[in-house]
Amino acid sequence: MSYDNIQFSKEELARYNRHIIIPEFGLDAQKKLKQSKVLVIGSGGLGSPVLLYLAAAGVGTIGIVDFDVVDDSNLQRQVLFGIQEIGKPKVEAAKRRLESLNPHVKLNIYNTHLNSQNALDIIKDYDVIADGTDNFPTRYLVNDASVLLKKPNIYASIFQFEGQVSVFNYTDKNGKLGPNYRDLYPTPPPPGLVPSCAEGGVLGVLPGIIGSLQALEVIKVITGVGETLSGRFVIFDALNFESRTFNISRREDNPINGINPTITELIDYEQFCGMKAVEEKPVKKISVRELYDWQVKGEKFQLIDVREPHEYEIVNIGAELIPLGSVADDEGKIRRDIPVVVHCKVGGRSAKAIRLLEEKFGFENLYNLEGGILAYIDQVEPALTKY
Amino acid sequence: MATVIIPTPLRKFTNNTARLETKASNIHETVEELTLNFPDLKKHLLDDKGRIRSFINIFVGNDDIRNLQQENTTVQDGTIISIIPAIAGGISIKK
Repeated sequence: MSYDNIQFSKEELARYNRHIIIPEFGLDAQKKLKQSKVLVIGSGGLGSPVLLYLAAAGVGTIGIVDFDVVDDSNLQRQVLFGIQEIGKPKVEAAKRRLESLNPHVKLNIYNTHLNSQNALDIIKDYDVIADGTDNFPTRYLVNDASVLLKKPNIYASIFQFEGQVSVFNYTDKNGKLGPNYRDLYPTPPPPGLVPSCAEGGVLGVLPGIIGSLQALEVIKVITGVGETLSGRFVIFDALNFESRTFNISRREDNPINGINPTITELIDYEQFCGMKAVEEKPVKKISVRELYDWQVKGEKFQLIDVREPHEYEIVNIGAELIPLGSVADDEGKIRRDIPVVVHCKVGGRSAKAIRLLEEKFGFENLYNLEGGILAYIDQVEPALTKY
Repeated sequence: MATVIIPTPLRKFTNNTARLETKASNIHETVEELTLNFPDLKKHLLDDKGRIRSFINIFVGNDDIRNLQQENTTVQDGTIISIIPAIAGGISIKK
């Protein structure tokens, strides 16, 4: 790709001066940045620093994919947004923020779920992908689409105090292709085995650190300056301030680009990650309104909260606390003679608890509170604390 | 003694211990010892057939045991064994 014809205005030269005067970087690398098109998938905790630094650095075209709207619980770590953006689509809020940061950057926004139908079409126009998504189906989707389209995929992921960074599917100067996500993790964990951040939480500054490392690798991949993380996998543990770098390599049995690839097009990633199988087994539900009716009428029922003790401490609605992890051990505490309403924060963990109790212990009287305690607060007791 | 580093998501199964010492001489023994001492870890590390799960990577020093001698990879005094599960990152309360 030729970047010789890339020109800079006087304002741009002034803006990028601190890049241009680095001998190893210079005007050449700055031209490559301006020439490049980067797609950032997810504009949340990781996407915020990635987008801010890439826009500031002068990447010519940046695409942003996100379907979500800004929520007040985002602001603890998603530094792209302010309180005035709560309730607005993230991609639009991000675009406004980045335009005010650097008007020389072209921004394309996609206010949509990335899925098997639209991924190739969106990704194909970009040179580099930065994956900052928050779930396994999209991780595998982004990986497979990047491999099929031969795009480098700059990967970062976080959980509580720990982050991971690597560069996948990168072809080095000698034409040698590096490993991708499926070389590292051929298949995802079954749902429920690995807690999500919504359950486990994340320290707000961690995505700031890890997302900045991701932005660094994007810039190195574009400019060719330095050694990228291709073939290496970095773990950062914020608690003890330790980072470890592991060697990773391509595997012959990689299903997408090993010796006998079995995946030649995008698949159904929800199904691949076992999510559909779980959805197909519905549990009995109760709405907040029905529960409230029961309470008002003084119906006999038991209310169980399967969240963690620290969540219970923040806010509770007088339920008996049996955290998801101890439901099996404490099944004796759960009544069988009257209806039992099970709730968590939004309804995911309580559904898991009900399935477990039904399958293992044959309960038939369990009802999942739709929308969890958050819905209850919204509809019944708005004065309670939301988190 | 070798040291096993337990990743954040699995620490709740090891009484919040991040580092464990082991006298095991290879990875197979290390995993056996871990799951014996912390039975709740077992389903997270091993599948129904007792094989290390595909979303769990074990590194000895800087290298993936899949590029060494798999579970027969030997560990020595001072070896650092890292267990690295897949994490999806970010936050989504809609899930």
